Amino acid sequence: MKIHEYQAKAILKEYGVAVPRGETAETVEQADMAAKSLFGAGATGVVVKAQIHAGGRGKGGGVKIAKSVDEAKDFAGKMLGMTLVTHQTGPEGRVVRRLLIEETLPIEKELYLGIVIDRSEARPVFMASVAGGMEIEQVAAENANAILKEYIAPGMGLEAFQARKLAFELGLKPQQVNQAVQFMSGLYRAFEETDSSLMEINPFITCTDGRLFALDAKMNFDDNALFRHPELKELRDITEEDPLEVEASKYSLNYIKLDGNVGCMVNGAGLAMATMDIIKYAGGMPANFLDVGGGANTEQVTHAFEILLSDKNVKAVLINIFGGILRVDTLAKGVVEAARNTHIQLPIVLRLEGTNVEQGREILKQSGLNFIVAETMKDAAEKVVAAAR
Amino acid sequence: MSILVDKSTRVIVQGLTGREGTFHAKACAEYGTQIVGGVTPGKGGTTHEGWPVFNTVQQAVNETSANATVIFVPPPYAADAIMEAADAEVELIVCITEGIPTLDMVRAWEFLQQRRSRLIGPNCPGIISPGHCKIGIMPARIHKEGPIGIVSRSGTLTYEAVYQLTTRGIGQSTAIGIGGDPIIGTSFVDALELFNRDPKTEAVIMIGEIGGNAEEAAAEYVRRHMKKPVIGFIAGQTAPPGRRMGHAGAIISGGKGTAEEKISVMEAAGIQMARSPAVIGETVASAITAKV
Repeated sequence: MKIHEYQAKAILKEYGVAVPRGETAETVEQADMAAKSLFGAGATGVVVKAQIHAGGRGKGGGVKIAKSVDEAKDFAGKMLGMTLVTHQTGPEGRVVRRLLIEETLPIEKELYLGIVIDRSEARPVFMASVAGGMEIEQVAAENANAILKEYIAPGMGLEAFQARKLAFELGLKPQQVNQAVQFMSGLYRAFEETDSSLMEINPFITCTDGRLFALDAKMNFDDNALFRHPELKELRDITEEDPLEVEASKYSLNYIKLDGNVGCMVNGAGLAMATMDIIKYAGGMPANFLDVGGGANTEQVTHAFEILLSDKNVKAVLINIFGGILRVDTLAKGVVEAARNTHIQLPIVLRLEGTNVEQGREILKQSGLNFIVAETMKDAAEKVVAAAR
Repeated sequence: MSILVDKSTRVIVQGLTGREGTFHAKACAEYGTQIVGGVTPGKGGTTHEGWPVFNTVQQAVNETSANATVIFVPPPYAADAIMEAADAEVELIVCITEGIPTLDMVRAWEFLQQRRSRLIGPNCPGIISPGHCKIGIMPARIHKEGPIGIVSRSGTLTYEAVYQLTTRGIGQSTAIGIGGDPIIGTSFVDALELFNRDPKTEAVIMIGEIGGNAEEAAAEYVRRHMKKPVIGFIAGQTAPPGRRMGHAGAIISGGKGTAEEKISVMEAAGIQMARSPAVIGETVASAITAKV
């Protein structure tokens, strides 16, 4: 799960991580008040930052520095409601609904801090780099040695010596090192206690007066761990997500909308990806990724079907099920019921294999509905691509 | 005729009394697997479907001499179940559970480094040696005993590959689903090493997907050490970057872990790649014919 910068900063503040003073605004009036209060508290400038779930906001015009309240108000007026397009939003962009107004700081250096799970080491890794403000992937591609790494021993946390090593290697001044150790320890504790999957402070800045701040903050949470963080679930902003994907997630369905016209419903993530791939090989384009999972019941499959069909680009549907946990008869009942409920007119190609497949095929046959039955994946893909034309 | 499991393997089921645990314990037993008991904390001393139920894995091992376990415990408790099994020195732990928090798996993985147990999974279909032993949730009837080893990150895609082999009359020595999570117990390299040593395995299918670099590590192993033909497939050639494709581990992040990248590294290591999922069986057939 992704959250906004302002939400991540609020969490980090609780862990003793220094963030610039700031307030959020959803209207120009609120932005005006926020700017007034920051200038009133001695800020020499404010930065107006669009809050969307995507990086690259600065280049897209979503981050502006104002030298006065009026200027801040002006930026806020232009930014609220605008569609911000960055390299991470796709061409459709995201509508800006909320701003973060923060004090500007006397930046000396822009550095990078990040924490992710290193899959091959099976443990979290704390990363640091002097190349702040750049994307870490780009830094890694240019010079992998430019990224400093400290692995976290499970159950131990980031030790002070590790943070010190990073701080000195980043070139921080000796009098800043204790501050940096606290800063980094706070970050790691926040990462672990919120079950984060990714945390990035980019840039992590040093100021001319010696202070350290998280100028930007990105946190993603492990979806599998949200059951033990009800307070974090509240931070979800569904306006940042595709409406069909939001609907699918209500029923614990793995659905990702794509651009093609062949809808697909598959059980298992690997087979779902392979089904998308073979649709392309057959000359079509998949309209979605949809994994109905291992334990889908009739109701869930019905919902899956409805979501799939509410994508108006879909011209034909391929259902490819290889039953293991999910019994084929369970799925067949769902398909028949959903087809009846939704009065579906589109061609449906079915390819079923696995546990209780005979009962499943019998249910489809008895339904009286006009399904196209395929034997193999290739056969199914060719039939559905032809039907979508 | 197989790796890791055979007719003598004695299996307990953690989470036996749950719906999935019961359904699949029965299916495994019907296949001929020696299911010798189950563990459900609080239900020790009872019997379930004729099997004795124990409160702890240690008790179950003491009473039944089990040397393998299969875990159907819900995600919040599954990492703990893995550690309990490892602590009781169960040799083979197969964890079916999907949705375990990653940081829980970080702890379990570390715990396993100091123990003798091998973990398969989590978030996997399990392991089957056709005709001998099935520990998992795969549909048994599609399998056939034979010379092909299979290792895969995906469940249902493995069934697809098995089905393509069986319908061509080609059997399997052992099929292992290693799981779709970012942190898993048995890697591609581990499985390839076992198949390389197994005298009855003549060729291996390796089914990967986008995300991580486990396929790249496996390609390096194949290039240096593999004595048998390896046939590969990578799912997710049409997957968009930055999106998690169902499996927690299936994500192209920062431009890394793409299908194209993996396919080219695997091809360069001498792995025969099936570009379309429909030709996995065909590719194996021609690989073993060429070898003869």
